[in-house]
Amino acid sequence: MHQLTIRELARGLRDKSFSSVELTQHYLDRIQKLDPAYNSYITVTADQALAQAKDADARIAQGDDSLLCGVPMAHKDIFCTDGIKTSCGSKMLDNFVPPYNATVVENFNRLGAVSLGKTNMDEFAMGSTNESSFYGAVKNPWDTSRVPGGSSGGSAAAVAALLTPAATATDTGGSIRQPASLCGVTGLKPTYGRVSRWGMIAFASSLDQGGPIARNAEDCAIMMQAMASFDSKDSTSMDHPIEDYSALLDKPLAGLRIGVPKEYFGEGLNPQVAEKIQAAIKQFEAMGATIKDITLPHNSLAVPAYYVIAPAECSANLSRFDGVRYGHRCENPADLMDLYKRSRSEGFGEEVKRRILVGTYALSAGYYDAYYSKAQKVRRLIKQDFMNAFEEVDVIMGPTATSTAYELGSLNKDPVSMYLEDIYTTATNLAGLPGISIPCGFVDGLPVGLQVTANYWREGQLLNLAHQYQQETDHHRQTAPNVA
Amino acid sequence: MQWETVIGLEVHVQLATKTKIFSGASTAFGAEPNTQACAIDLAMPGTLPVVNEQAYRYAIMFGLAIDAEIGKRSFFERKNYFYPDLPKGYQTTQLEQPIVGAGQVELNLSEDRTKTVRIHHAHLEEDAGKSLHEDFHGMSGIDLNRAGTPLIEIVSEPDMSNAEEAVAFAKKLHSIVTSLGICDGEMSQGSMRFDVNVSVRPKGQEELGTRTETKNLNSFKFMEEAILLEVERQIDVLENGGEIVQETRLYNGDTKVARSMRSKEEANDYRYFPCPDLLPVELDDDYIDAIRNDMPELPEARCERFKAEYQLSDYDADILSGDMAMAAYFEAATKACGDAKLVANWVMGDLAGKLNTEELSIGQSKVNAEQLAGVISRIKDDTISSKIAKDVFEAIWNGEGDSADAVIEAKGLKQVSDTGALEQMADEVIANSPKQVDNYRNADADKRPKMLGYFVGQIMKASKGQANPKAINEILLKKLDELL
Repeated sequence: MHQLTIRELARGLRDKSFSSVELTQHYLDRIQKLDPAYNSYITVTADQALAQAKDADARIAQGDDSLLCGVPMAHKDIFCTDGIKTSCGSKMLDNFVPPYNATVVENFNRLGAVSLGKTNMDEFAMGSTNESSFYGAVKNPWDTSRVPGGSSGGSAAAVAALLTPAATATDTGGSIRQPASLCGVTGLKPTYGRVSRWGMIAFASSLDQGGPIARNAEDCAIMMQAMASFDSKDSTSMDHPIEDYSALLDKPLAGLRIGVPKEYFGEGLNPQVAEKIQAAIKQFEAMGATIKDITLPHNSLAVPAYYVIAPAECSANLSRFDGVRYGHRCENPADLMDLYKRSRSEGFGEEVKRRILVGTYALSAGYYDAYYSKAQKVRRLIKQDFMNAFEEVDVIMGPTATSTAYELGSLNKDPVSMYLEDIYTTATNLAGLPGISIPCGFVDGLPVGLQVTANYWREGQLLNLAHQYQQETDHHRQTAPNVA
Repeated sequence: MQWETVIGLEVHVQLATKTKIFSGASTAFGAEPNTQACAIDLAMPGTLPVVNEQAYRYAIMFGLAIDAEIGKRSFFERKNYFYPDLPKGYQTTQLEQPIVGAGQVELNLSEDRTKTVRIHHAHLEEDAGKSLHEDFHGMSGIDLNRAGTPLIEIVSEPDMSNAEEAVAFAKKLHSIVTSLGICDGEMSQGSMRFDVNVSVRPKGQEELGTRTETKNLNSFKFMEEAILLEVERQIDVLENGGEIVQETRLYNGDTKVARSMRSKEEANDYRYFPCPDLLPVELDDDYIDAIRNDMPELPEARCERFKAEYQLSDYDADILSGDMAMAAYFEAATKACGDAKLVANWVMGDLAGKLNTEELSIGQSKVNAEQLAGVISRIKDDTISSKIAKDVFEAIWNGEGDSADAVIEAKGLKQVSDTGALEQMADEVIANSPKQVDNYRNADADKRPKMLGYFVGQIMKASKGQANPKAINEILLKKLDELL
């Protein structure tokens, strides 16, 4: 059952090949047996999952035709779940049980999806390796001595290890696409404003966006259909028409104009990865697309701008974790200052503290213009680069990450080298554009991901071209060793 | 040396919206602590603000009332600082592009003295909660009911040169916001709070002296006292060769003592930056015009109307139209009894005196407009004299009866106009005052009316004030003239 896609599961549930309760129990058993090796879940909600499955079986018996009804899935532990611990990967929220659901969670509940639990993540979504989680590093299912990427490493690893058919995730600077790339799964980062941020714990509000990770584009389309919604509770949610993503999947690619920026193939890119990306682009050409060399002249400024803006926003977003109303509070505070200092020092991990400090510095009197204002100007230039490119091409292709999955512990000693790994992904967030990472081959047995970026609101186009590619290739069908 | 004072005000006005500026929680005053704070007000993880359009409308109404430029594009920023009654760790406010730009307010200081005070700008922001330091055995309590209440902060130019002008300015703002109906004007509940910036300089000097800011004054009286005290202190320091330290001060209205709260060196770096959870608000002319066309009567217009409609003097009209609640009270009482002049005298005389003594606002008056109209009606139909009317008013005030008629009936205060009874009293007084009768008889004709007062007084005394003075006068004149 764990080999089946969402579409296949939906069919099986209606064929009575299996019930949702059986399916859910199967996944719960797998998680119990296999996840100790991967650490992809922080919380497994077995009782609630089985109760939801029972309800779903009843709905299906009454003719519910939602593809997600009775289908197990998992939520990144950044999405608030009513009555279920939502830790955001942090000691700070190890005791936090929200009394409300994120809109995304609500959307899945309404459709009758079954939530298996909450997936592991970098603390407050800050990291590219999933090593900053308070709950320990997640291991890459393709090689457990390697990282799964981050920050949605738990979601990507859980999908790759067949411990859930699909999972929700979030992407602030590449946190869906990069782990999808490193774990050999498909991950979509939607246009900013497409998926509600209500109940999604904020890292950098102007960049954060929820999206799905699944085994293929077809399943991502089903997940995305559930996640996309206009939400009046989120002022940055946009009331833009929502496409029928599944209906768009079969559109032929003839005439698709693909732009390949030369900046994406410069220094720092693993040559073997580069080969796989070039081969994937050739494949698209064979499928009827035209290829054009383009330039994104300000791309090299994306990482510096990102690492000013994201920390600046996070420095304010994380001020609410002060030990006063919820979350970690130090023992026996001597006074107010002591309460603040110790609660926050104890509750936050090193990477989170580093970013709060960087952001605080960037916003300080005397530095604001040099850092924050300048970064915002760069942001506009980066967006303009993309707008210029989309005058000539429909989508932009390149690598998602500079290499395949790194060894655990190899990057977290040097934050700057870790930050530089985000070179291909952060620009998309700064511009608010949608992007996808698609498995496109293996180097030394480790997956490589192709990144595709489209114009605003073109999630349907990204899923369509990914699906068409996956009709011609089988990289996405490969499974990691020891998971079958 | 001759000194000159320079004063500028920052005025916080709580807007009378039903719900908070960024959440749906109620803003009603006086609820049990923390019963009107929702997940957003508590800054629970993942919650997001949505701006209350009514707060925007109210701010625009204020801007139009002071002839200010309305910000076609305005946005919120985060002002970062830690305090337990500030749940998010930042206050959402406006800085770079506030909703209300520069405007001005005209003051009538006395019959022929007017003054223009320029408004630098006014911005929207959220109020903080309250820290409660009593009754918690050495700890502090936090009440977040007020957190998120919408405020406009009105910032004046340093255009006032003494306490009288500052108070007149504050009263004028009170008049404007209550007339617009955008604030309930209840000072005792903190609906308007004043921060006073004061500096002094040698008369004739152009350069401003160092200023101090006395924060959070919540009555006109305390504001006046605080200014007088601070001016005196600054002059004292300077004349003794000292220097004024730029600092924030607090004034205690009960003890009449001010103290330094923090100096400029200890001031926070608030690290303002645009709030990424709220998009900029862009307004078109139609939106603003619709609000302009729906503006309630402003104090100046009302003053003119009072003069025309009720034949009030400039002075009376200015006072009565200035305070919205007072104007409404005046108009209601006048409508009920039909005598504007008498109502004006009573409202500005006995009623104002009572309110002053007991430190009540007119909204809290223990004699309502209808009750006062009842008292005045009984004067007009000769049921009671003006003197007895004061006792009736007092009795209603003290809760001894809920209408003039009830009090008159219960206390037997009805005026004696019965001619037979009055004649008998006149005969008795004349019989008991042979000396005064002789004097009267021997006096010049033009002095006699003045001497009549003695006899009238005696009868009023004998009748405990209930004799109809007009009737008494006539009867006495007749009887005394018969003795000539």
